[in-house]
Amino acid sequence: MTHDGDSAGFSLRLDDDSGTIHLGGALTIRTVTALRDELFNVDASTVRCFDLSDVTRLDTAGAWALLDFQKDRCADFQSFIGASSEADSLLRTVENALPQPEEPPQQNTTFKAWLDRFGRRVVSGFMFLRALTAYLGIFLHRLARALRHPSEFKFTSLVHHCEEVGLKAVPIVALMAFLIGVVLAFQGSTQLRQFGAEVFVVDLIAISILRELGILLTAIIVAGRTASAFTAAIGSMKMREEIDAMRTLGLDPGMNLFVPRILALLIMLPILGLIANIAGLFGGALMAWIDLGISPAMFTTRLVEGTAVSHVFVGLVKAPVFAMIIGVVGCHAGMQVQSNAESLGRMTSNAVVTAIFAVIVADAVFSIFFAEIDI
Amino acid sequence: MTESEVVIRLRGIRNQFGRQVVHEDLDLDVYRGEIIGVVGGSGTGKSVLLRTIAGLQKPAAGSVDVLGIDVLNADEDTRQKLENRWGVMFQDGALFSSLTVRENVEVPMRAIPGLDPQIRSDLADLKLSMVGLQYLAGDKYPSELSGGMRKRAGLARALALDPDIVFLDEPTAGLDPIGAAAFDELIRDLSHSLGLTVFLVTHDLDTLHATCDRIAVLAERKVLVTGSMADMLEVEHPWVHEYFHGPRARAAVPEKSTKGD
Repeated sequence: MTHDGDSAGFSLRLDDDSGTIHLGGALTIRTVTALRDELFNVDASTVRCFDLSDVTRLDTAGAWALLDFQKDRCADFQSFIGASSEADSLLRTVENALPQPEEPPQQNTTFKAWLDRFGRRVVSGFMFLRALTAYLGIFLHRLARALRHPSEFKFTSLVHHCEEVGLKAVPIVALMAFLIGVVLAFQGSTQLRQFGAEVFVVDLIAISILRELGILLTAIIVAGRTASAFTAAIGSMKMREEIDAMRTLGLDPGMNLFVPRILALLIMLPILGLIANIAGLFGGALMAWIDLGISPAMFTTRLVEGTAVSHVFVGLVKAPVFAMIIGVVGCHAGMQVQSNAESLGRMTSNAVVTAIFAVIVADAVFSIFFAEIDI
Repeated sequence: MTESEVVIRLRGIRNQFGRQVVHEDLDLDVYRGEIIGVVGGSGTGKSVLLRTIAGLQKPAAGSVDVLGIDVLNADEDTRQKLENRWGVMFQDGALFSSLTVRENVEVPMRAIPGLDPQIRSDLADLKLSMVGLQYLAGDKYPSELSGGMRKRAGLARALALDPDIVFLDEPTAGLDPIGAAAFDELIRDLSHSLGLTVFLVTHDLDTLHATCDRIAVLAERKVLVTGSMADMLEVEHPWVHEYFHGPRARAAVPEKSTKGD
């Protein structure tokens, strides 16, 4: 019985009488697939020897294929013959290193396992909410402490963060709100014109921007900008053990990192919301003037007469809540960063997604609440 | 051993960053089957030298011959073939973090045409086992491994294609003494049984002593001397003398040097 290692660059011949497989050529990683196939066709029960005299090159892959075949299938195997000293030492090394498969941990794929995973998810969801509440508690506690001991509070740091989260966000927030005003006016006018009710476009713009869109979109932009910045800053400090260093030096991360950041957001988000409201109304007025011929004076009159001040109040009262959510989510995610760079990236994007999601959920809750109490 | 074939031949290497010259007129020969350790003070360009040979850093002047191929002037195909004949282990393993350890070891094997995926996976397990990692470590991600295990996995990846030469950058840095000694032994064993030529850059005197056949000292922008540990102890140059006779050296190089190796 003969097999020729076709184009693969090796040869394999079984001598039936002596039970010897004569091998030749290169037994390497490039030929190992073909070698395995050839060996698979050999009647293993008769094999007692491998003759490696004509082998020109043997690497670990080749040695592995021979040893694997011999261990698995040759019951009365005796020896390798004709191996050079290098090949012999390679065979011995590979033989000693043959992996001993360990039982992998039992993977249950039944309904019970699914239920188990589901339960764990739910519990970890609640644990996450609890952790966020704990961070809110830390913030409020440290804030109260700062009020009682103002000397511990870092005023410079607060101003710095106010600039970062507030002042530097003004252009993007104002531009965004202006464009939203333009879009509302344009869409509103096309729809309302069908009923000859163009003038109500002022009410449409005013109510939707003042009540909902101004502050909600501002909060979403700030969540994207600031929650990620908080996570990245605190997370990289956590990664380099700076947070641990602070603790050993008696500096409280809550007081030094969380309070200035979240407080800055609490101060700045209502201001940004107000700016967004003004920019949105300005955009709407401009578009109403261009598209519908509603003069700025008429727009103002209509705005003051037709829109209750309560709409502004309903909008801006949400700002501090959104600020808390964004700040707490950002700081909490930063503290969850481990010592590798992947977790920093993962937590940063987690923080943004969670913050935006939580802001929208809170907004929905507010809507229901205000509808119930008829504001 | 020193009479055998030269596998790495450096001639007149010059490396510079801006106006700072790291290497000037540097010559070095590495012979087949030996373990050569490169030492030098901080900033003498040990890692730069390694990167130069491995083709990651283009020298300003000079020639690099590896396995008889002029690395700097070779065309793409030749270079590609050459890269399959050497493996590099970076300081922290440099494993791809999005792949499991086994998949990391499989990465170089993917270049082999027609290699059966099951065989590839089995071979990766074999390599992991050869560098002393446990069977289940293959399923883990690099971030779940300790520093020492990451280095071992990095070595397994470097050995994936049975290279002729492996480059090791600070193989024992950051390991505890027991882990470092085990790694030294691993390098020595693998080098012997696989006939590897090992080019390692290190600060660790114990590693030099335990593994290296020959030591090359980088100083004054070139390879100042090469030779065995015993030769190093004879060198008069102040830095070399301080390095091999300092308090740490006396701890690392005890009786063996008096035996004359």
